Amino acid sequence: MTSLLVVIVLVLLAVAIWQLTKIFDLTQVSLDSDDSQVANDDDNNVQGYLMFGFLAFIYIFTIYGVYTWGHLVLHTPASDHGATIDRLMNITWVLIFTVQAITQVLLHYFAFKYRGNKDKRALYFADNNKLEAIWSVIPAVVLAGLILYGLYAWTNIMFIDEDDDTVVIELYAQQFKWTARYAGADNVLGKANVRLIEGVNTLGVDLSDPYAQDDIVVSELHIPKGKKIHFKMRSQDVLHSAYFPYFRAQMNCVPGMVTEFAFTPIYTTAEYQALPYMVEKVANINAIRAKKSLELVAKGEPGLDPYTFEYLLLCNKICGSSHYNMQMKVVVDTPEDYKKWLSEKTNLVAEVKASKAEPAAPDASSAKDTTVAKDTAAVAKIAMK
Amino acid sequence: MSAEGHDHGHDHEHEHHHKDTFITKYIFSIDHKMIAKQYLLTGIIMGVIGVSMSLLFRMQLAWPEESFKIFNVLLGDKFAPNGVMANDIYLALVTIHGTIMVFFVLTAGLSGTFSNLLIPLQIGARDMASGFMNMISYWLFFLSSVIMICSLFVEAGPASAGWTIYPPLSALPQAIPGSGLGMTLWLVSMAIFIASSLMGSLNYVVTVINLRTKGMSMTRMPLTIWAFFVTAIIGIVSFPVLLSAALLLIFDRSFGTSFFLSDIYIAGEVLHYQGGSPVLFEHLFWFLGHPEVYIVILPALGITSEIIATNSRKPIFGYRAMIMSIIAIAFLSTIVWGHHMFISGMNPFLGSVFTFTTLLIAIPSAVKAFNYITTLWKGNLQMNPAMLFSIGLVSTFITGGLTGIILGDSTLDINVHDTYFVVAHFHLVMGISALYGMFAGVYHWYPKMFGRMLNKNLGYVHFWVTAVCAYGVFFPMHFIGLAGLPRRYYTNTNFPLFDDLQNVNVLITTFALIGGAFQLVFLYNFFVSIFYGKKAVQNPWKSNTLEWTTPVEHIHGNWPGEIPHVHRWPYDYSNPGHEEDFVPQTVPMKEGEVVLHH
Repeated sequence: MTSLLVVIVLVLLAVAIWQLTKIFDLTQVSLDSDDSQVANDDDNNVQGYLMFGFLAFIYIFTIYGVYTWGHLVLHTPASDHGATIDRLMNITWVLIFTVQAITQVLLHYFAFKYRGNKDKRALYFADNNKLEAIWSVIPAVVLAGLILYGLYAWTNIMFIDEDDDTVVIELYAQQFKWTARYAGADNVLGKANVRLIEGVNTLGVDLSDPYAQDDIVVSELHIPKGKKIHFKMRSQDVLHSAYFPYFRAQMNCVPGMVTEFAFTPIYTTAEYQALPYMVEKVANINAIRAKKSLELVAKGEPGLDPYTFEYLLLCNKICGSSHYNMQMKVVVDTPEDYKKWLSEKTNLVAEVKASKAEPAAPDASSAKDTTVAKDTAAVAKIAMK
Repeated sequence: MSAEGHDHGHDHEHEHHHKDTFITKYIFSIDHKMIAKQYLLTGIIMGVIGVSMSLLFRMQLAWPEESFKIFNVLLGDKFAPNGVMANDIYLALVTIHGTIMVFFVLTAGLSGTFSNLLIPLQIGARDMASGFMNMISYWLFFLSSVIMICSLFVEAGPASAGWTIYPPLSALPQAIPGSGLGMTLWLVSMAIFIASSLMGSLNYVVTVINLRTKGMSMTRMPLTIWAFFVTAIIGIVSFPVLLSAALLLIFDRSFGTSFFLSDIYIAGEVLHYQGGSPVLFEHLFWFLGHPEVYIVILPALGITSEIIATNSRKPIFGYRAMIMSIIAIAFLSTIVWGHHMFISGMNPFLGSVFTFTTLLIAIPSAVKAFNYITTLWKGNLQMNPAMLFSIGLVSTFITGGLTGIILGDSTLDINVHDTYFVVAHFHLVMGISALYGMFAGVYHWYPKMFGRMLNKNLGYVHFWVTAVCAYGVFFPMHFIGLAGLPRRYYTNTNFPLFDDLQNVNVLITTFALIGGAFQLVFLYNFFVSIFYGKKAVQNPWKSNTLEWTTPVEHIHGNWPGEIPHVHRWPYDYSNPGHEEDFVPQTVPMKEGEVVLHH
């Protein structure tokens, strides 16, 4: 309701300004010649000063922004290659801020300094090859540097050496949830195709494939610190994008093909939670949530839970109605904890056998996440209409 | 003399004929000036719809799942029960906002209006090469607009797969309700739109090549014409590819082919599709999609070049370099599309190639920006509203363009791809900049279109509020993008991680609402001035180009007598050899006057 009031106030404000300009126009009645709507020297003066004011606005807004929102920006990458990306990012930012600062000053200062005056005449200056060569060559050289660094980093990140000692994990995307499949002791994923989806085998794994015998399917991703994780992504329905913001990692999941990304986590979840910046961020978020909770409780609704930081896998490619809630918790364990966690999981072949042994049992995997199931069902229902 | 007399009689006859039938003068007109006005009017109407949509979903983002009466009024009980916006309609609004703004406002509305108005007038032609095709082009555009608007009223909702309509989401009604009839209408509308755009572009190219008046060599053309000409060529090269993508998608949707689909399990069953790839669609889409942003921005830059030179009372700095950079941008624009697909699953080697070509575009863009700034240096700046919008364009083009260095670099794109950082970048560099170009063009050529002046004080208010709000909306957006917030999320409340971004979202929406409301100032000025604006003189801005040698009252054929001949380049402002600070292109060279090497 308050927002509606805000809108009404804005509209009234607009009306007021329109009235003001009308009055302003009426005061200029004596100048009712044909060129009264062309800028005169008074206009040039006022607008020139406003240009200078706008320059100040851009600068102050930028400084204010960096000061107030700077802490929101992701930092301290949780992966090995993240530092490279962040370094390149910082170099680029220095460049951008320098160019931005200089060009905006020149643009708006010139607009102010050379504001028109009917007694003045502009300089007839049409060309200068030297100047133009300078500002073609300088960007070219600077960009060449950025391109070289960028390509070097890109090659290191994206080309995955198959011989490396990696942990192979499949990320499986569907509307609107993630599932992970571990390759097991042989570190090779069994073949899979959506045509083989049946019952608990929700990923369509080919159970007759020898490599598939030790595959493990889970709905919460655990990865060991300090080991390179080789993700192979699949999607069963539409495009999704596996986005791990804290690991500086992202790759689309495409139905009909397998995509890849690899990174090495360097902080366990507990270590990352304890980073001073993260402690501060979480405290800030919890203060916001506590305030919101009070409002909710006053309205008779349940309050919000306090927040603790967890790594998340988000979907970052529009994938349907509940795109905004497609997430999976990611836990980085110490290698020992990871081994222990994995050893407690039963493999898919055993799960399938168990489900066949007791056919009356409800479909375990679909009951796991009721909200997701509901969403999918709703979409299906609308579609059928 | 006899030719002149003949022309005159011919024109007179035409005019007489047109006065008789309202329909041929105002509706099925083949006069390029009337068609330009039709494009502009349709573009403005579509713009109001597109911008209003963005305000609605911005309200949802600032105050998620709160109840607003206006949602219920505008979206109905199905999509906004109790005034709370539903998640499906949120995606639909985002999709249609993007489609309308990119294609209907900034392609047809901007290019259609000013190419039609200015090409014949500035090169000295009586009309477009084919007036009839021009008329068909407008009416196809009108038809496609109508179909797009109709798609909003489909029961399951309009297309909601994002303006990039990536399959399988856009192909399967099981995946999202908007991919039913809504998406069919979207595709039909776009197919017609492309036909319209191609007819227009062909006409522009042919007209520029063939119908220039005597003396109007290619290097005496105003930069507006260069921009429209090159834009039309990009359109001819790339739009057919989008048409083919749309047709193949229609085949996949309706006739069971598998161009873009493979191995899909949805709503509890396996679909028959096998062997296609959504990545193919992405390639086809962005082969148009990326040149499209230059189709949007180049005409705006052309308009800006003309307005900055006129209002600085100075020649545009580096005329030949400006032409070269337009051509360079056009060429590079067709080989950079892959930077939208760094993490699409295509071979990373291609990512390296596209990073290289993409960052190259920064060079001609930098040349253009520096040349504008140098044009202002030691000028005698006439601060008309059109000039303010042009300076504003240079400002946002730089601010938005610089972040392109981050997004064009595949390594950096990994983490900011599809976040709000991208939204901030492209809105500044092509959305706001192109809109400024369009506004600048309207303020500058309004006297040419309607024979009356726009009120300058309303223009000043319009510019300053818009300028502050544009930065107010898109500058903070960079930060929430760098915080890792994905775009196209209906709400962030499911991620406590993003709770500290909420007050930024409220600020952005507040600026958006203020900026949106102040566009009413422009609309008022525009529509009221058509009837009550001050009468315009023939050459109000003391400009050199040919359009200002035509009479204020429109006549069919543009010039009552012979078409004027051109003797010089269009940027002889403040030439020391002349008394006045402008020398129209029709003024013959003085004896011994030196021709600059432009």
